[in-house]
Amino acid sequence: MTRRRELLLGVLGAALAFGACEAVSRAGIVRRSYLPPASEVLARAAQLAGDGAFLDGIGATLRAWALGLGLACAIAVPLGLLLGTVPVLDTAVRAVVEFLRPLPSVALIPLVSLLLGSGTGAEVTLIAYASVWPVLFNTVYGLAETDPLAKDTLRAFGFGRLGVLLRVELPGTAPFIAAGVRISAAVALILAVASEILSGFGDGLGIFIAQAETATDGTRDVLAGVLWAGTLGLVINGVLVGAERRLFAWAHEPRDAQRRFGPERQGVRA
Amino acid sequence: MLRLDSVTRSFGDHLVLDRIELTVPDGQLLSVVGPSGCGKSTLLRTIAGLLPADEGTITIDGTPVAGVPDRLAVVFQDYGRSLLPWLTVRDNVALPLRRRGPRRAARHAEAEAILERVGLHGVARRHPRQLSGGMQQRVAIARALVCRPSLLLMDEPFGSLDARTREDLEDLLLEVHRADGTTIVFVTHDIDESVYVGDRVVVLSPGPGSRVVQDVPVGLPGKRDQLTTRGLPAFVALRTEVGRAVRQGD
Repeated sequence: MTRRRELLLGVLGAALAFGACEAVSRAGIVRRSYLPPASEVLARAAQLAGDGAFLDGIGATLRAWALGLGLACAIAVPLGLLLGTVPVLDTAVRAVVEFLRPLPSVALIPLVSLLLGSGTGAEVTLIAYASVWPVLFNTVYGLAETDPLAKDTLRAFGFGRLGVLLRVELPGTAPFIAAGVRISAAVALILAVASEILSGFGDGLGIFIAQAETATDGTRDVLAGVLWAGTLGLVINGVLVGAERRLFAWAHEPRDAQRRFGPERQGVRA
Repeated sequence: MLRLDSVTRSFGDHLVLDRIELTVPDGQLLSVVGPSGCGKSTLLRTIAGLLPADEGTITIDGTPVAGVPDRLAVVFQDYGRSLLPWLTVRDNVALPLRRRGPRRAARHAEAEAILERVGLHGVARRHPRQLSGGMQQRVAIARALVCRPSLLLMDEPFGSLDARTREDLEDLLLEVHRADGTTIVFVTHDIDESVYVGDRVVVLSPGPGSRVVQDVPVGLPGKRDQLTTRGLPAFVALRTEVGRAVRQGD
């Protein structure tokens, strides 16, 4: 399917969903206060783009998102390299990791709030905790996928352990790490908004949504906030996918094992 | 001079190399031939120091080597996996130089000179996967030559190439060998190829427990030609002798 046709179909799908929401609300099938017409939500979302206070909130959310994700990468990549290169360590911490990983991060919000209060510190901690996993697992997985023949070649040319790590294993793992970061970016956004909604005060998109909820005609505002959250996610994902395509064009070329065992293999988990 | 003294290697209970004795004088191009799975690659990896021998010693110029010998270069069959896909052709070729640390410009100049020498023009800035298999293997050969190795190990380097490309690369190898006089250990399962490129052919017995069963000096003229050399009675006699030795163990 051509790129253009994909785009066209995507637009068509969005238009249909929009039309359906609009029709359901306008025909009175659902009460307007429950589901305002899509056009009103869209208009409100557009209006918010000119609202300084709202934009400050978006800024606060994005700041927490970036800090949390950055912190997660700073922890997960070196840790992943360590676990991936020292099998003994990997085996030793596996049980702990397998225990921590399935814990739904959102369930930790009350605990972290209790320990760190409900400010940016708690929010960033939660985001970092949740986004560590995809990056960590993709790093370990990517290292294991490094071609042994490429490593042997460098060893034969006299490179030591560190040389092989820096010149073969790390660059070979980079596309996997990038895919992990992209998955984590989505997780981090979920955690940023969710922790704001649950903590209920301060700045941020989640706060806007939480406060709109309590207003009399709040559904429209809530949905407009959600629309913004979705748009942020879409833009972030688009930027990261684009960056991956540019940086790792070599990993997406044909006749390549990456096609079969691509960096996408790790699942998403929020 | 490379010397293997009673080199033995097993994987678990499976004996692969059984007391291999082998001496390769400086500047010789030694072909190692044997049936599939006879341990040729294991032998090569052991010489390269990538696999430790269980028993026996490997010496170079009388000094025992443990680990990877100095000034070693390797070319594997699977160029697609041994070249680094994220580096340009030039950076792949320049890679071994990074250890000794000449400046970037000097590394690039050396890499480009060696690429010309192996017959690759105008591909320095491309990536390996944009090239044909034959060109990629030329890149791998260039990378092996760039550090002026004193010992070059080749593991079925032309095994996955089409016939014509293969002949061209055999001739390239002979040309390089004639000019540089590098000691080369060339592993192949192709009997014709082993005779055509070799100064000498060593035949390994089929596993388990490969040994050297035949050691054949190749008395063909140094200047070889794909058509005339392969038609010489001496070539035919040699390939028969080697072929018989390879089949012996079956």
